[in-house]
Amino acid sequence: RKDEILLCEASTVYKYIQEDGSNRGTYGKLVCTNFKIAFLDDDSTSDDNEPQFKNKIIGENDITLQCVDQIYGVYDEKKKLLTGQLRKYPEKLIIYCKDLRVFNFCLRYTKEEEVKRIVSGIIHHSQTPKLLKRLFLFSYASAAPNNTDGRNQTVMFDTLEDWRDELERTKGNVQYKAVSTNEGYRVSEKLPLYFVVPICVSEESILKYEGRGIPIWCWSCHNGAALLKMSAFPKEQDDSTSQMQKAFLDGIYRTIRKPPYELLKTDDLSSSLPSLQEIQTAYTRFKQLFLIDNSTDFWATDVKWFSLLESTNWLEIIRRVLKKAIEVVECLERQHTNVLLIEETATDLCCVISSLVQVMMDSYSRTKLGFQSLIQKEWVIGGHGFLDRCNHLHKSDKEEAPVFLLLLNCVWQLVQQYPPAFEFTETYLTVLSDSLYVPIFSTFFFNSQHQKDTTMTGEILKTQSSPFRFLTVWDWSVQFDLKAQAFLNNPLYAEKPKPEKSQRKTARFKHQRQLSLPLTQTKSSPKRGFFREETDHLIKNILGKRIGKFINSSDEPPNSFREFYDSWHSKPIDYHGLLLPRIDGPEIKVWAQRYLRWIPEAQLHGGGTIAIAAKILDLMEEVQNLQVKMDEEHSQAVSGDTHAVPMLRNYARLSSLFPFALLQRQSVKPALPTSTWKDLEDEDDLVKRDDEFVDLSDML
Amino acid sequence: MASSSAPKYNSHSLESSSIKRTLKDGANWEKSEEIPRLPGETRVTDKDVIYMCPFNGPVKGRLYITNYRLYLRSVENDPVVVLDVPLGVISRIEKMGGASSRGENSYGLDITCKDLRNLRFALKQEGHSRRDIFEVLTKHAFPQSHNLLFFAFTNEEKFSENGWMVYNPMSEYRRQGLPNERWRVTFINEHYGLCDTYPSLLVVPYNATDDDLKKVAAFRSRNRIPVLSWIHPENQAVIMRCSQPLVGMSGKRNKDDERYLDIIREANGQISKLTIYDARPNVNAVANKATGGGYESEDAYPNAELFFLDIHNIHVMRESLKKLKDIVYPNVEESHWLSSLESTHWLEHIKLVLTGAIQVADKVSSGRSSVLVHCSDGWDRTAQLTSLAMLMLDSYYRTIEGFEVLVQKEWISFGHKFASRIGHGDKNHADADRSPIFLQFIDCVWQMSKQFPTAFEFNEQLLITILDHLYSCRFGTFLYNSESVREKEKVTEKTLSLWSLINSEKSKYTNPFYSKELNRALYPVASMRHLELWVNYYIRWNPRIRQQQPNPVEQRYMELLALRDDYMRRLEELQITNNSKIPNSSASSTSPSQMMSQVQTHF
Repeated sequence: RKDEILLCEASTVYKYIQEDGSNRGTYGKLVCTNFKIAFLDDDSTSDDNEPQFKNKIIGENDITLQCVDQIYGVYDEKKKLLTGQLRKYPEKLIIYCKDLRVFNFCLRYTKEEEVKRIVSGIIHHSQTPKLLKRLFLFSYASAAPNNTDGRNQTVMFDTLEDWRDELERTKGNVQYKAVSTNEGYRVSEKLPLYFVVPICVSEESILKYEGRGIPIWCWSCHNGAALLKMSAFPKEQDDSTSQMQKAFLDGIYRTIRKPPYELLKTDDLSSSLPSLQEIQTAYTRFKQLFLIDNSTDFWATDVKWFSLLESTNWLEIIRRVLKKAIEVVECLERQHTNVLLIEETATDLCCVISSLVQVMMDSYSRTKLGFQSLIQKEWVIGGHGFLDRCNHLHKSDKEEAPVFLLLLNCVWQLVQQYPPAFEFTETYLTVLSDSLYVPIFSTFFFNSQHQKDTTMTGEILKTQSSPFRFLTVWDWSVQFDLKAQAFLNNPLYAEKPKPEKSQRKTARFKHQRQLSLPLTQTKSSPKRGFFREETDHLIKNILGKRIGKFINSSDEPPNSFREFYDSWHSKPIDYHGLLLPRIDGPEIKVWAQRYLRWIPEAQLHGGGTIAIAAKILDLMEEVQNLQVKMDEEHSQAVSGDTHAVPMLRNYARLSSLFPFALLQRQSVKPALPTSTWKDLEDEDDLVKRDDEFVDLSDML
Repeated sequence: MASSSAPKYNSHSLESSSIKRTLKDGANWEKSEEIPRLPGETRVTDKDVIYMCPFNGPVKGRLYITNYRLYLRSVENDPVVVLDVPLGVISRIEKMGGASSRGENSYGLDITCKDLRNLRFALKQEGHSRRDIFEVLTKHAFPQSHNLLFFAFTNEEKFSENGWMVYNPMSEYRRQGLPNERWRVTFINEHYGLCDTYPSLLVVPYNATDDDLKKVAAFRSRNRIPVLSWIHPENQAVIMRCSQPLVGMSGKRNKDDERYLDIIREANGQISKLTIYDARPNVNAVANKATGGGYESEDAYPNAELFFLDIHNIHVMRESLKKLKDIVYPNVEESHWLSSLESTHWLEHIKLVLTGAIQVADKVSSGRSSVLVHCSDGWDRTAQLTSLAMLMLDSYYRTIEGFEVLVQKEWISFGHKFASRIGHGDKNHADADRSPIFLQFIDCVWQMSKQFPTAFEFNEQLLITILDHLYSCRFGTFLYNSESVREKEKVTEKTLSLWSLINSEKSKYTNPFYSKELNRALYPVASMRHLELWVNYYIRWNPRIRQQQPNPVEQRYMELLALRDDYMRRLEELQITNNSKIPNSSASSTSPSQMMSQVQTHF
């Protein structure tokens, strides 16, 4: 590739095949470019076994520089973390990747000079601070092939029109408006060019505190209640300033609580959810459990697996986040209350909660396009600091926090609990999470729209190269060919019955699930009459007065959440309606596909969910063939509209790691735990007893 | 039935042919409303009670007691709350509160069930209402303690299939290719003279005479000599089962036993060592010497290799299940679910049992040697290991019928002491003989089916149904401790087999994803990363934790299957009409693509 520059290389590097813990492996060349670290197999003829699910950009032995998590060196059998300048060079190099792969390279047979160069090169290019413009993105963008994928219909939310369409889709346009106040970023560099605010909010107030203290619209519920987010004022030392800010906020709240806005519930996420620091700590511990060196390591951690998992706190965080999202849903859905999420910048946990709420309430967000548009709206344009949170530039470890991964983990819980409700598969979520570290897409490599725009114009001016364009991750054809892309589509998706008229306009959904609760008896007629709505407001006003001006989460009747949750779960599921995750302890699971996919010991030969998926795909193919035959019998033209169905039939015994790890176990030896049983200290007397108290010697 | 909410969401309940009717309005509902009743089931009494539902609070209802079940129907709730519990499930009935109890609903009965739940009924403190109910319940729930018959002996149900015909030891051994030139069938135990806990028909090495067997029996605990469970069709390696040798403190030896094991070793035509798996932890095996038991020493058996599999005894398992119940019933431990689960050790025990079975299976399958499995008596851990290993090695046992054969053979006929372990109809709930060994086996099977969702012909429902009737006493299948007692009690003549129920309604228990694969060894991964708590069984009473029924993935697959069949039918029709060259315009004018969208299947 002409845009990729070779930085250093070393030959006769020996790469261990992780698979069996033996020292089997292959010799090859280890190279480091401005894009990736790659191992080039000397014996490249083994390519006849083309995998079905192949990433076109990242090969099996490629690690993008941003994907490197930690690098360890092995000195005399001892592992040491490698950072900065090295005095001594290791015999073995272990690279842990953010997509959870582990690479073991032996440098014993490599020339000393080359070892020095490659090791320090890899450390330097993957672990030290970097300038934004040195990201591969920029080299790639100028040289990118200009083949726009016309089918990419993801709404990017970079135009006023996109926001207006979204308002119309959700029927939010009665009470909210899209504004262009931030054109030229005159309000704030953190806010997108276009966004949506309540109609009553003036341009003046938006400008006043650089967009802080302004409720920004995320989404409107079918009943008119809206989900809003707001970036809070920083804690002020100066009393008068904070007084002024308070007055300003009161004014804003007053305006937006005027009819037709009614009630507003505020939720300060920085106090009701774990901090970013806690999230980062939890994930760091959690992912470490899956970066397994060898079989011994695997079985040693297996003994205490559940308490190890629990001690990371990651699953508990997922549970809390899902619970918070359900609370917000309850307000919107049952109490018809607007919800305002507050966070310092409104670009981290706000994004998680608002996205989850939409995934749960808006079935459009469960389609591929809808989900992608949602990510664009809340995260990419919404201003989530991907660059800092992923620490792509190694600028500051303090800023790092896996906020987006947290969302994907939460969405995965929903996907596995309600498979027919999603148009995409868990594989889609997994490759999306991997794409966080692929620096050829602009999607996850900027902190804000402003940063992207300014950097881009700067680059164009400087290089004067006109066809400068970034790729979006949503163009899946860049990474996967059609056959592989088929793995991203859920064959079980219960597609929504297509309405007669244009789909876009009628995208509003109806909740078929009845909530036999006080305020929501309106569902009987799909079209809500004028009178009906009036009484609703009436009730809400009365209720509002009774409860008080603000409902804070702490004031809430404690049972309302449980009641809402239980009542929903006791009814049959409408996959196009409201979807609430089950959050009891046993229901929150480890995303096995993402976290176990490279671990050979965890492989189920011929098992796992892929075994069922393969059956379903087989059957689908059969049905499609029948369809073609029938069309032929009808002597109609063969419809060219059939989507690619992955062919799995020759793979009767797929591994559960499919489609990821390309391990092919030679033997069918079962994996046996090597760890030993630990004592049952507390039950010692029981342990020593025999099954039955019969003295056998008496029987002789 | 048997759950605390409306029948229509009651998918986890005990199987029964009960008629579910909605409540009719009207004052005399009591008379007009029938409770589900099996042929042979008779009503004993009924009473107004308050069911103290741990999930939804007190429920007013009427409690009916028959000679088979306890049935409660709420009188005020909508939807109607129904409880339908076979009396066999009851392990203990306690009175709560006394005549002077003040608190609301504090006077009544507390019933502990074997299927991990408790039922509480509050009663009025007047007359002898509680005493009456208590006595009736005690009498019918514990027939053994009252010289009464199990309900299975009064059950007059009729089924289209006869489950007693499922297992015929001779045909099962024939299926395995036995007898052959190395293995013979012996009738030495025909009248249970050699060993009263073994079946009458046994397979032993061709080169061992019946006389040899008798001598060996003297050296094996309870005369449970090594006999064949399964033979590998290709490499002829075998799985043998037995009890511990009677070595004792003095380290006794027995030439006949030693020679017998050598004959077994040689029977697969190879000269490799015989592998002995002692299911117990090493220390327990040693400790057993004190009571006359022990294990095969290297000196006495130089041609054998002994491994301990570290599986704990029945008491440890019982305690573990008790702890598990504590964290799932009535409420699921919220905040520290994982560490609570770990502290029960339940899944660790499962892991060890599976690990042991994998080792047995792998040893046999790799053909390196034949395997001898024992624990102390060879009816608990041994049964778990041999049956699981057989399930891993022989795909026949993964079919519905094959699984029935496996249970019938390795568990029922080889004397797993169901009566003692379950305590059928026995009021002595605290008996030290009780232990969830069979449940643990079924859990292991479930773990395997979860890891290999296409490898089993049967579904989870079959496993749950088996467990429900392990306790219900509606069928004779799991009654009594051994074949000899069952024969004496004429179980096959006087009772019905659970397999009759299941085989008459096979589709209900069929896994749609099943792919038949022959001779494929199936090794589960005995790692905590894959082992899961069987929520649909252990937490099924909790309405908050309930899996979607029917399984949505399964449902959509069935839709696709129906679509395929429909296409095939239409295609056939089309081909016929096209061949007869009559232009067709009306009947099948719907294009396939249109139909596809009708079933809303996304491609």
